[in-house]
Amino acid sequence: MGELRLMKGNEVIAEAAIRCGCDGYFGYPITPQSEVMETLMNRRPWDETGMVVLQAESEVASINMVYGAAGSGKKVMTSSSSPGISLMAEGISYLAGAELPCLIVNVQRGGPGLGTIQPSQADYFQATKGGGHGDYRLIVLAPASVQEMNDFVDLSFELAFKYRNPVMILSDGAIGQMMEKVELADYKPRWTDEEVKEISDSWAAIGKSPDREQNIITSLELESDRMERNNIRFQAKYQKIQENEVRFEAIDCDDADYVIVAFGSAARVCQKTIQLARAKGHKVGLLRPITLFPFPTEEIKKMAGHVKGFLSVEMNAGQMVEDVRLAVNGKVPVEYYGRMGGIIPSPDEVEKALEQKLIGG
Amino acid sequence: MAEVAENIQNIIKPENLVYQKSPVLTDKVMHYCPGCSHGVVHKIIAEVIDEMGIQEDTIGVSPVGCSVFAYNYIDIDWHEAAHGRAPAVATGVKRVFPNKFVFSYQGDGDLAAIGTAETMHAVNRGENIVMVFINNAIYGMTGGQMAPTTMVGQVTATTPHGRNVDLNGYPLKITELIAQLPGAAYVTRQSVQTPAAVRKTKKAIRKAFEVQANKKGTAFVEVVATCNSGWKISPVESNEWMEEHMFPFYPLGDLKDGEKEDPEALKMNV
Ligand SMILES: Cc1ncc(C[n+]2csc(CCOP(=O)(O)OP(=O)(O)O)c2C)c(N)n1
Ligand code: SF4
Ligand SMILES: [Mg+2]
Repeated sequence: MGELRLMKGNEVIAEAAIRCGCDGYFGYPITPQSEVMETLMNRRPWDETGMVVLQAESEVASINMVYGAAGSGKKVMTSSSSPGISLMAEGISYLAGAELPCLIVNVQRGGPGLGTIQPSQADYFQATKGGGHGDYRLIVLAPASVQEMNDFVDLSFELAFKYRNPVMILSDGAIGQMMEKVELADYKPRWTDEEVKEISDSWAAIGKSPDREQNIITSLELESDRMERNNIRFQAKYQKIQENEVRFEAIDCDDADYVIVAFGSAARVCQKTIQLARAKGHKVGLLRPITLFPFPTEEIKKMAGHVKGFLSVEMNAGQMVEDVRLAVNGKVPVEYYGRMGGIIPSPDEVEKALEQKLIGG
Repeated sequence: MAEVAENIQNIIKPENLVYQKSPVLTDKVMHYCPGCSHGVVHKIIAEVIDEMGIQEDTIGVSPVGCSVFAYNYIDIDWHEAAHGRAPAVATGVKRVFPNKFVFSYQGDGDLAAIGTAETMHAVNRGENIVMVFINNAIYGMTGGQMAPTTMVGQVTATTPHGRNVDLNGYPLKITELIAQLPGAAYVTRQSVQTPAAVRKTKKAIRKAFEVQANKKGTAFVEVVATCNSGWKISPVESNEWMEEHMFPFYPLGDLKDGEKEDPEALKMNV
């Protein structure tokens, strides 16, 4: 059993980064995630593990610092909240185009614009459909607890290096700010420069030894037939990710007539909702996508064969519902219920919506 | 004829070699316009890397601009950065590889317009990197639009009636601003239009890499350069135009030669 602590989600991101052997964090303060960098600066990991922590002049700079350090074959990350992630969009596209492994944490707040500092899930499209320019995908993990904030940091780096692709933890202000019991991971040593060479000498810009060609970190390819080939390679990789990395949690789905689909904080609310519904005699289950890309399309498709309907519950105007509808493909009704602008729906209101939109209707 | 050929063969011997292409330059044909300064500066950087014996330990960061393909010509590992972000990328590299030599190479649009914030802050942190800045007073790559460094009255694609300060603001002497920053160790402005100028620039770039080796702070080398295609005059006329119009406004020489400020001297008394 690892060390047990009572911690905030944001603090846990920092702690997990240090413990999993992260080499560098580059960030810029923004509510509701500033505790990530504050915790790191307090912990002074450069003395302990050698991890570098730097407050950049902007999110534009921090994501480009990540680009440089990730292209060096190191385990590096940044974190921000919605407006800051928008500012990083160009850099994220470059990271995807250059196929660099890294971790980007988005502790979402309500938008659009400067919006609110309250929790939201309104960056679902931005996270799962690209966000920046060009055809690319991030691997997107959606934690629903402080424990998962811990677990997904190491998992993100594992996936990032496995596929040489940026990974995003799409959290929100509620999970970032709330305190829960968490079992921390044991320390993993940072890779030595020799290990970095062993792992990434085939592609990373770590200094050209005489026995190999140059390694060039770039997303540029002026010849369109070669650029198309790059794109075909990216799409094949995303397909492989879709086939191998889908993660979800299904609660009470086996006998369910109706299934709620919800992730992150909304899924926490809906766990209570299904209890309320079952107490009233309705057989309701919860499907919680853990990976938003890859999306659990197959699982939902299978369920569509034996349930009467789905309710997508989101803290936005209805974004994930489009993916649920694609998976269900018209077989049964798919409804949406959500709140916006930083409001978390209550279990009761979701239960009512379920009755109105699906069960009673 | 046979006699001449034989004489040449007698001359081509290692002991008679006075100059050769740096082995750190690749054999790829440069895409630059004939007369462009970029290729000359690449050659200088390659020679310095070779002479210092740091090819295996040097990482370059290329910009978006005509020199985006710098990585095709200097035989080291590279990062190609987004437009203006090379100083941030170089910071990321240097922070995780503090013992490698890291340099950024940027045009004036890249360094002094879209990337001004990254430029100023990298220097202000005193990042131990070399920044090479090619000031050709224009956006070469995109077809000759106004750069922040474009001269007052200079005709470009977006200042067809000449740069007008009321409309476009003043030419930016970013190197003078850089020299004010406490993180800067060595700041110099050079050119490459004559053999003597090339030698001086080479000395400056060598010194910049030595500043980095000694962790003294940021070393910043501006090269006042030509873009004959963008300026729409011949290479020879470009050199003359640069000397006549740019040198008075962008005077050559060292702006700072020392090391970054001692933080102890700046600490609050508490
Ligand atoms: C975000 C972004 N904006 C605009 C461009 C288009 N662009 C490419 S190069 C360039 C200007 C480059 O000029 P400079 O930095 O002076 O380099 P030069 O070509 O003169 O060496 C611009 C505007 C881009 N690639 N990315
Ligand atoms: S356009 Fe100008 S900067 Fe670009 S290669 Fe030609 S001369 Fe050089
Ligand atoms: Mg230019």
